[in-house]
Amino acid sequence: MTRDYSLLGPDARRAIESGLAAAAWYHTDVPRKEMKALMQRSDGPAIRDTVILFAAMVGFAGLGIWLWPSPWSAPFWLAYGVLYGSAMDSRWHECGHGTAFKTPWMNNALYGVACFMIVRNPVTWRWSHTRHHTDTYIVGRDPEIAIMRPPAFLKVIGNFLGIFDAWNGWSRMLLNATGRIHPEEADYVPASEQPKVIRIARIWTAIYAATIALALAMGSILPLMVIGLPRLYGAWHHVMTGLLQHGGLADNVNDHRLNSRTVYINPVSRFIYWNMNYHVEHHMFPMVPYHALPRLHALIRHDLPAPSPSIPAAFREMWPALRRQLANEDYYLKRALPATARPYRDDFHSAALGAAAE
Amino acid sequence: MTHWIDACATDDIDEEDLIRFDHGGASYAIYHSPDGQFYATAGHCTHEQVHLADGLVMGHLIECPKHNGQFDYRTGEAKRTPVCIALKTYPVKVEGDRVLIGLGA
Repeated sequence: MTRDYSLLGPDARRAIESGLAAAAWYHTDVPRKEMKALMQRSDGPAIRDTVILFAAMVGFAGLGIWLWPSPWSAPFWLAYGVLYGSAMDSRWHECGHGTAFKTPWMNNALYGVACFMIVRNPVTWRWSHTRHHTDTYIVGRDPEIAIMRPPAFLKVIGNFLGIFDAWNGWSRMLLNATGRIHPEEADYVPASEQPKVIRIARIWTAIYAATIALALAMGSILPLMVIGLPRLYGAWHHVMTGLLQHGGLADNVNDHRLNSRTVYINPVSRFIYWNMNYHVEHHMFPMVPYHALPRLHALIRHDLPAPSPSIPAAFREMWPALRRQLANEDYYLKRALPATARPYRDDFHSAALGAAAE
Repeated sequence: MTHWIDACATDDIDEEDLIRFDHGGASYAIYHSPDGQFYATAGHCTHEQVHLADGLVMGHLIECPKHNGQFDYRTGEAKRTPVCIALKTYPVKVEGDRVLIGLGA
């Protein structure tokens, strides 16, 4: 079956007509008292992590500038780049949900900074991500499908250096700065919110213009090493972890156990990724803050497929599946559930998937 | 004319929490605020048809469990995107240890 990922195309219409869009999703049962405890907000963990993050960024960028243009500056730029071009992806994500901090202005402040660094308009992408949670990996409905079928490997690999994503972000920024909204954006951003999209795009364009002007005046790319270019040379980590969220798994289903992947990862990556490696848990209960996801995982793991034991193991599982999708778009990985889990609704999902291969 | 419907006991709802109440083919959410008052709203979020009973009460806000939109459950006012449309509210009174919700004729 050929997939049309346009939000305005035949798959979008089919998803709405079949009831696949905006459907009720599977949830593991969690007692109300325990879920309430998990959902509780706290400023402490996010303040700690944000202080560490920005202190590290200032330190790495400072050393990079001090050592510039010596090759000895490279390791510091690489470290700064990962914090700018990857950690800001998870900050954008968690603050967009409003769950990172208890205090709303703190969420909004970090959200705004992270959106600028990761080049995602804060208004557009709030609505885009809302749709991603409503219709996760529903073809024609979800605007955040990272790996479409058949997989475009050039795009996937290029995005490890941010090439396509960042280019799209900057070109969309320039489009919005001229006062225009892309037709697909208009599909999920309410008209009342669209003037904000344009206002923010204009502010960002001015910041980039000032940075480029400074670089020209200095005759050096150093200002762009601090603002803009880290979105490219530091993107690899968020692409590496982001591809694993749903890559190779089912689409057009209403059970996050079928279309999302939880991966155990090292503590440094967990700091950069803000615990989004617990991705099934996050999609099933998006109001649980990042710092409570390990506790949520322990509580519901009996009902979920076994997590991938590491990032390399997850890639070893995903990559062959993506290669098989080159020849057969309907191929996907169906991960086994433990005996303690409630089974998948195969009858329901086979109707949605048609004659999908396993 | 308001019809008062017996919805639950006062101690059925913890302070700063809510429960679901279904009646006459409709669904409602009944809240017990941190200052001991009771309130009632429509049960489903105005953004998408997700029931608020699984959401989180924070002070006088209810957060939708799906997209984290927020309403002031005292007035129904939408307080955080993606919710943009206010939530319908209903009068509530307490008689003895019972919570009653006022529904239209």
